[in-house]
Amino acid sequence: MARQRARLLQGNEAISLGALAAGCNFFAGYPITPASEITEIMSRELPALGHPFIQMEDEIASLGACIGASLAGKKAMTATSGPGFSLMQENLGYAAIAEVPLVLVNVMRGGPSTGLPTNVAQGDVQQARWGTHGDHPAIVLCPATVGQCFDLAVLAFNWAERFRTPVILLSDEVVAHMREKVALPAPEDVEVIERRQPTVPPDWYVPYKTDGSLIPRLASLGQGYRYHVTGLVHDERGFPTRRPDEVEPFYARLFGKISRHFSDLERVRAFELEDAEVVFIAYGCTARAAQAAVRIGREKGLKLGMLQLLTLWPFPRRPVEEALSGRRLALVPELNMGQISREVKRVNNGRTQVLRHGKMDGNMITPDELLNRLREVK
Amino acid sequence: MNQKESPSLSRVEVRLAGSGGQGLLLAGLVLAEAAGLHDGREVAMVQSYGPEARGGASKAEVIISDAAIDYPLCSRVDLFLALTQEAADAYSWDLKPGAWTLVDSDLVKHPPTSRALRLPFTAVAREKLKKPMVANVVALGALAEVTGVVSRRGLEKALLARVPPGTEPLNKKALSLGAKMAREYLGQDTSQPQPEAHSEDI
Repeated sequence: MARQRARLLQGNEAISLGALAAGCNFFAGYPITPASEITEIMSRELPALGHPFIQMEDEIASLGACIGASLAGKKAMTATSGPGFSLMQENLGYAAIAEVPLVLVNVMRGGPSTGLPTNVAQGDVQQARWGTHGDHPAIVLCPATVGQCFDLAVLAFNWAERFRTPVILLSDEVVAHMREKVALPAPEDVEVIERRQPTVPPDWYVPYKTDGSLIPRLASLGQGYRYHVTGLVHDERGFPTRRPDEVEPFYARLFGKISRHFSDLERVRAFELEDAEVVFIAYGCTARAAQAAVRIGREKGLKLGMLQLLTLWPFPRRPVEEALSGRRLALVPELNMGQISREVKRVNNGRTQVLRHGKMDGNMITPDELLNRLREVK
Repeated sequence: MNQKESPSLSRVEVRLAGSGGQGLLLAGLVLAEAAGLHDGREVAMVQSYGPEARGGASKAEVIISDAAIDYPLCSRVDLFLALTQEAADAYSWDLKPGAWTLVDSDLVKHPPTSRALRLPFTAVAREKLKKPMVANVVALGALAEVTGVVSRRGLEKALLARVPPGTEPLNKKALSLGAKMAREYLGQDTSQPQPEAHSEDI
């Protein structure tokens, strides 16, 4: 694959460039630490390409604007952090039930509320899954390197379009602001997936009717296709229904369109896992500390390994099960009090010893801290 | 590039510390771009973020390595530059034994170690260049000369690509003055201990 010349980029810059490479042509947002660079870059780049950028009055309106733009055929993105993410939950549910493709970047900082605005945390993991009310599927991706910021931003757009669903890119303050040397792929080497359009004339279009894919075709508003969009549970024509024989298939399809692709959606990265006796299950900036701990530990003869979760939701059940199987111990480091470790324990089902390593002081977990923890456990 | 058995050995952790406004973020950026883009090494950089970046003690950290970088922050500092006493005190607790330590001799009266190289970066920038703001570049020049973590050529290229147009001659001169200052200092005092743990790595 052809690569561009290496550059020193911040995570937030790489997310913006990834979004642009994936065809993002609409951004509405409200700047917030530590996600502001994304808003700033998009405010510069999109108008230069002839596309809209809107700074909205708040985060509720930001996601609302993205939903409208997406229904009009745009590839829309917004970027925010903790407090803004909370405000977006209402519209996130709307996007899920109306099946509107869009990408929401949440750069995690200390919370709740205003919390620690300039410090790193990983406290929004369960919020990204369950923040909006009602049961719904969720796709949440989590980068740990600047290169992954670019790749996962592209993937987030591709999955949003392919599955007609909002996709959350869950970054954190350390990944957002650290600079790394990266050689991005050449634009022509970036795979871009577009949503399926109706092939029937406007009069025949049934907006939520599906074929075997379970994913309805999305007509862009303004092209002559008239349809009803609602946050209520709806029938194939998009109008509200309470009939159990329509409601039940609606939910089944909403979940089924995602769950049938679990094996593709559950992205992980294994590091020195083959002969490991002790494994770290880690994600985001914390995966960097875990990988360093593996390197330092192996130099001392400890058989350590790591599984990095690139997809947090749907939770990568199968790869995590495989990574746990036959190990002496699994340690789950995270900058919260155990939001992913509880998932690991659920999947593990009591077979391997799983310990959480939560830290909430506004700082990164260090490799030494992890190695010391292992020494204590022995 | 050396073939090392252990990737840890090629890793050099650099911390540039001072007060917000002394240009340490720029110094970190230039160092990272010099090592990463011109010398062809792997680099990662983080910086103080938040209130401390606007005054008080602030820092930029650059990891330089021949292998892919896992942990992007300093945890055992190999090379420490301090331009204020406050920064020297706040950010020297995790220096590796024998770490290279460079301090501004006028602004840091109590360096974290007796082995620190004390050089008048700010005074030289003020007196010889009439621009105290280039003390960061003077310090970079000295740092490269003393440690060799980055090539002088790469540093100059990266620096000139980052500074405002029109200030190139000033910055080039600041870099040379820093290098000269370091050479003279080391020349005078040949007993200056060299950190044996790293001298072969770089």
